[in-house]
Amino acid sequence: MSSIKDILTPFTAWKNVFKEPVTVKYPLTERPGAPRYRGFHKNDVQTCIGCGTCESICENEAIDMVAVAGFEAKDGDSGLRPKVDYGRCCWCALCVDVCTTGSLCLSNEYTWVDTDPDNFRFIPGVDEKSWDKNELGWKKPEGDYEFYGLKRVEMGELEPDERNHSFIEMIKGYSKQQAEKEADRCVECGICTATCPAHMGIPEYIKAIRNNDLEEGLRILYDTNPLPEICGRICTHKCESVCSVGHRGEPLSIRWLKRYIADQNPSEKYRAILETENLQKNGKKVAIIGAGASGLSAAHYLVKMGYEIEIFEKLSEAGGMMRYGIPEYRLPYDQIDKDINYILSLGVKIHYNVNVGKDITLKKMSEDFDAVFAGTGLHLGRSTCVEGTDHKHVYQSIELLRKITGGEEIHVAEKIVVIGGGNVAMDIARSLARLQKIKYGKVQVITTSLETEEKMPADREEVIEAREEMATVNPGWSPQRIEIVDGKIKGLHVVQCLSLFDETGKFNPQCNLDNKNFFEGDMIVESIGQGMDLSYITEDIKDHLEMGPRGRIRVNDNFQTSVPWLFMGGDTIQGPDVIHGIANGHKAALGIDKFLIEK
Amino acid sequence: MSKQHWLNIGYDRSKYPETGGDGNLIVDKESQKFVKVWQGPNHPGVTGNMSVELTISGDEIVEAKTHVGYLHRGFEKLFERRKFIQVFPTCIRMCVAEPDYNEYNLAASIEELGGIEVPEVAQWLRTLVLEMARLQTLLRVVPGQGGTTGLGIGVQWGVYLRDLILDRFEELTGGRVYHMYIIPGGVRGLLPAGFKKRMLDNLSKIDEFVQNIDNVMYSNAVFKKRTVGIGYIDPAWVNSFGIVGPNARAAGFKRDVRKDYPYLKYPELDFDPYTATESDIYTRSRVRWHDLQITVDLIRQILDKMPDDGQIRAETPNVLHWKIPKGETYVRAESSRGEYGFYVVSDGTEYPRRINLRGPSYTHAVSLLEHLLIGANIADVANIMVSLQTCPPEIER
Repeated sequence: MSSIKDILTPFTAWKNVFKEPVTVKYPLTERPGAPRYRGFHKNDVQTCIGCGTCESICENEAIDMVAVAGFEAKDGDSGLRPKVDYGRCCWCALCVDVCTTGSLCLSNEYTWVDTDPDNFRFIPGVDEKSWDKNELGWKKPEGDYEFYGLKRVEMGELEPDERNHSFIEMIKGYSKQQAEKEADRCVECGICTATCPAHMGIPEYIKAIRNNDLEEGLRILYDTNPLPEICGRICTHKCESVCSVGHRGEPLSIRWLKRYIADQNPSEKYRAILETENLQKNGKKVAIIGAGASGLSAAHYLVKMGYEIEIFEKLSEAGGMMRYGIPEYRLPYDQIDKDINYILSLGVKIHYNVNVGKDITLKKMSEDFDAVFAGTGLHLGRSTCVEGTDHKHVYQSIELLRKITGGEEIHVAEKIVVIGGGNVAMDIARSLARLQKIKYGKVQVITTSLETEEKMPADREEVIEAREEMATVNPGWSPQRIEIVDGKIKGLHVVQCLSLFDETGKFNPQCNLDNKNFFEGDMIVESIGQGMDLSYITEDIKDHLEMGPRGRIRVNDNFQTSVPWLFMGGDTIQGPDVIHGIANGHKAALGIDKFLIEK
Repeated sequence: MSKQHWLNIGYDRSKYPETGGDGNLIVDKESQKFVKVWQGPNHPGVTGNMSVELTISGDEIVEAKTHVGYLHRGFEKLFERRKFIQVFPTCIRMCVAEPDYNEYNLAASIEELGGIEVPEVAQWLRTLVLEMARLQTLLRVVPGQGGTTGLGIGVQWGVYLRDLILDRFEELTGGRVYHMYIIPGGVRGLLPAGFKKRMLDNLSKIDEFVQNIDNVMYSNAVFKKRTVGIGYIDPAWVNSFGIVGPNARAAGFKRDVRKDYPYLKYPELDFDPYTATESDIYTRSRVRWHDLQITVDLIRQILDKMPDDGQIRAETPNVLHWKIPKGETYVRAESSRGEYGFYVVSDGTEYPRRINLRGPSYTHAVSLLEHLLIGANIADVANIMVSLQTCPPEIER
């Protein structure tokens, strides 16, 4: 078996005696980690939004989100930053790969000697480390490597030539597959919840979509928002503007997902799903002025608590600005009815065509009811007051929209100029464009605003869609005067607007008077903001009301005015926005409950 | 009275214990003719934290019992409390020496159940990484067989060369030991610039090593004396014990998952698993030496054939709440020790219902070893254990 060869050949190993040693003499020889090395954590704390996705993916629970001095919680930023525990970390870098903003990465540094074990729990980017400036180390792989979808599931909508001659709803809504795919992109950070005025449980209801448990989804919606069909269509979706997925990709379509849940649940099942079939009465009565977003929201939560609710509405149908201000192609009336009918089905009484202040006084209401909530909204138009605005074919957008909803005949000219750059301006421009298309077969609407294209307050998609419907949007001009010849409007003279606000932030538009323009039109619509009508508050009550800035009535955190039985909320308090109205109504309901229990 | 035993290699052994009528040894522990010796858990010859309780007569082992439990971490239970993506950095720790097979099995099972198609370049990179893992293990295990017989020089060469492969791992995956590279859906990076050249340089050094270790170890009279004819695995045991990998191939069974149940890019690669029939320590080690050369050749083929660019990871559902459809699967890969499989059950939630590892060490080191040691000398225990290439972390998961 063994031979003399087996004795001799092993001695060939001796040739290594003459070779250079290969050993690295550490620490005399420094050896940096590879460019991709997964070493110690670095965090760009300015970019980080504290979404906590790193914390939730970490399988070792090595990451804690902690408050850091100098970082306040604000919209889109939790104010927290990740703290890493190196007693637990396994340097898998999943936290880096999942990071929504891309702020977190690993350096290629791998030696750290310290006598105090507590030091190995640190906040990268806040606690200064020698590797903070280290450029190399693990970064999220480039290319298609993503842990969640960055692209939105596209929402189907009617093509411009299908929709420009009718008021049919243009957004088609998600199918089941589309909704589940979109819901899958959510990282459940909850940044949206903090930003939403109503603090809706957004990650929770998105999760319900993923679990295909839409009844649970509806319950979550109604916890904080009793108008989901409406909000699912026309909410200003502040949640989406802060969505953490939006930092590297497109934010989730939170609004459309909410609509999906509401759409999928049939209204006849609402009371069973929401467990509101047997509501107990507590014998107390609350009056609500105005069946708008805040009024309906307050009514919903109060009636669930057992209060008897009576709403006094000036117009012939409920919904307020949602019905009378928003065109039907964005928010169909049957969807408004679905939300409102559910609230009414809980036992809320509503008196239509009652003008508080004329038909019934506030004083009388305070005597008949234990508390009053007023959500009267902003139903007065504002005028630019330039020369010529007193002409009969100069209109207020609010007034026109209300007439369109009411089915009244309105004057539709062949050439129309709309002044305003907000969503209402787009609403009226697009509504008039439709009416022009129906009446004349062509569209000639020009929308102009002080703000430039980038600074226009209207949603970007509104501007794009308006243009698709052949309306012209030409922003950045300041109206000077309306040219009237022989009693007929010829058009609007404008000059270029350079800036809107001065250094102190005061509204003070600066114009370049040399750069002039003329928009031809025989009808002008002003849409530059809305005002409130508080004439129903009589002097004796007004005397006791504390006023806040900009002519608004001051309320406390519970939306209670300085007249204890009078609560106010909605647009009159917080400016025009449905979701704020809903949130106010909810908080006011809780405030009224607290007030009446303590009374 | 002379005793007949399979390990009878020509010298006179103790007359105790006697063989009974049924062919088994008669071990009367009350006779005070037997001594109990614990080998391990802290013993350089034991391949990790496990121990063997030996009953000896003279220096001959008459009974052996494997004891495990020194590094039980309850991984399989931990997995049930983790989301699928969170299993990924945890499961690799089930086998420290070759973590990549865990990564691959987990990823492959998730992809199979979840219906994910892995991109082309990712499949090549996975194949490459799995072969690199085999290479770095064999660079430890092949000379390691010499280490247990007192031949340290091969181990030093092996450690150096393995370090070079770990350098390649570091630049490709970002980690030296735990690579965490084969992620469900694909891999975590393309080859860095210059990687191929550096890898080929390293491989040529390994070619040299293959020759040197042949001279120093396999052609070494002492090594042969300590290994030839020792630790014989009867081919009849191969199926009854479920022996796999080099241990089975040394007993004449051409058993290789890469050929029998092809996966990844192995069908496109040209190789032939080496088999032998002697089935002793020497042959098993020799089979690994051939495996090492096959692996080197495979890596060269992979580097030659693989595309340079492409998508590295397929689009998957959001990993934070990836629900794997209800179902179960068994996914296997050929590790350097043999068939290494994951049995994965999903109940349709974000969490695995069960992940069970079928590793070769369980059969090799727990059941087979107890049989194999009987009749061996104490000095051969470590030698036999290393020749089975056991990995205790994989027994206790």
